[in-house]
Amino acid sequence: MSNPQSNSNGGVGLVVRGLRKSFGGQEVLQGIDFTVQPGEIFVIMGPSGSGKSVLLKHLIGLEDADAGEILINGEPITTPEIAAKYRMALVFQSGALLNSLTVGENVGLYLTEHRLKPVAEIEAIVAEKLNDVGLKDALHKMPSELSGGMKKRAAIARALVIEPQLILYDEPTSELDPVSSVVIGNEILELKRNTGVTSLVVSHDRDLAFGVADRIAVIAEGKILVIGTPDEVKNFNHPLVQGFLRAEFKREK
Amino acid sequence: MFDSIGEVILLFWRTLLALPHAWRQRQKVFEQFFEIGNASLLMVCVLSFFIGAVIALQTGPVLVERSLASAVGGVVGIAIAKELAPVMMAILIAGRIGSAMAAEIGSMRIYQEIDALRTMNINPIHYLVLPRVLAIALALPLLVVFAILVGWFGGAVVANYNHLMEIPFRAFFSDLKDIVDLKDVGNGVFKSFCFALIIGSVSCHQGLTTIGGPRGIGRSVTKAVVNSIVLIVIFDYLLTRFLVE
Repeated sequence: MSNPQSNSNGGVGLVVRGLRKSFGGQEVLQGIDFTVQPGEIFVIMGPSGSGKSVLLKHLIGLEDADAGEILINGEPITTPEIAAKYRMALVFQSGALLNSLTVGENVGLYLTEHRLKPVAEIEAIVAEKLNDVGLKDALHKMPSELSGGMKKRAAIARALVIEPQLILYDEPTSELDPVSSVVIGNEILELKRNTGVTSLVVSHDRDLAFGVADRIAVIAEGKILVIGTPDEVKNFNHPLVQGFLRAEFKREK
Repeated sequence: MFDSIGEVILLFWRTLLALPHAWRQRQKVFEQFFEIGNASLLMVCVLSFFIGAVIALQTGPVLVERSLASAVGGVVGIAIAKELAPVMMAILIAGRIGSAMAAEIGSMRIYQEIDALRTMNINPIHYLVLPRVLAIALALPLLVVFAILVGWFGGAVVANYNHLMEIPFRAFFSDLKDIVDLKDVGNGVFKSFCFALIIGSVSCHQGLTTIGGPRGIGRSVTKAVVNSIVLIVIFDYLLTRFLVE
């Protein structure tokens, strides 16, 4: 969310304390607490309607909390300078590419609008980031010409251009086939390996969560039920957690 | 409509504060400007020609019957320049361009494109609202000047060829010149500039506050057009009052 050259690379730490949010009398977040270490991949899992996406919007500053606080490297997210100090990016569930721009223009939008680099350099960066996510041929295509998976990868490329220190993913594998889901999961892992970025992934995809997470939090009805390593969460004895993790079809044999 | 008037004023104020960024957004301003011209020029031409024609047809025979043929050019000229061209063109642009603005920004809001801009620290007012408001504020006054000229021509054609009037072109425009001065045209152009700001601000506000999917976009488009037209008519009276005095 700021000048990529204003800060060194590497992830930032994130602390969420007592976060509460209500819409129309319904409390969607009922006191959320967790900490994400710099460079960690932290996955928040939970059923649909559990408050995951609302939580994510608070973390990127698109929603204001009723109570509680969010700290980035110890500084409240409400501090005006936070956007200038730390680079954060959100990969939207739908991709949220601007439909009136080409994929290349979308990916370079941040640099173009903030005039951070000369045009030729921006073009080179865009080509490089699209190549990184396997979309080098999509440079001049419109978002409407892309498949769901390609849109998500283009959205990741757009986030990478910011060179984020904290990257948030909203349901990165929803609507994707298993192969595309694995590609996205590998992108998340590779990004962490290469840049040390802190990643926070909101998903109800069990395979993705247990495949990429350093730690997992399970959220239900606006509350966090458990936080731990994938093994700790798997073995956590709580009916809602086990119900979510072991949900399967009942077919007669 | 009146419950959101404060928000529209606030958006307009924020757009004014964003004016120092106008030069950076010049390419978008010109894109929008040409889009407005391209989408409206033919309609402006047809509409203003026939408005001029019908005003001549309605007033001409009555004036000629009372030996006031020399007033036809002036009546048509004043009516078009001061009232009909700015108001009718503003209503046309509210329907043609205001609706498109509300729909485009509304769909960007629904599909999270505006949230995406905000996460990239790109101010939607600088990126979306300012270029549109500036473009419409530049385009509408120019369209109104064009509409005034075409409207006068429409009036002159009817005054010349209608068997109840048969006023030659030269006499029509000479009479018009005697009564209408540049200030009258300036009044109309000034009014259209104010109407453009209303259409731009109301339509962008409706787009930015769209909720609820495709139906919400439809609702925003309707409200953008209706609210713009109501405000245009109210402000037409207030501005005329101010300009007359």
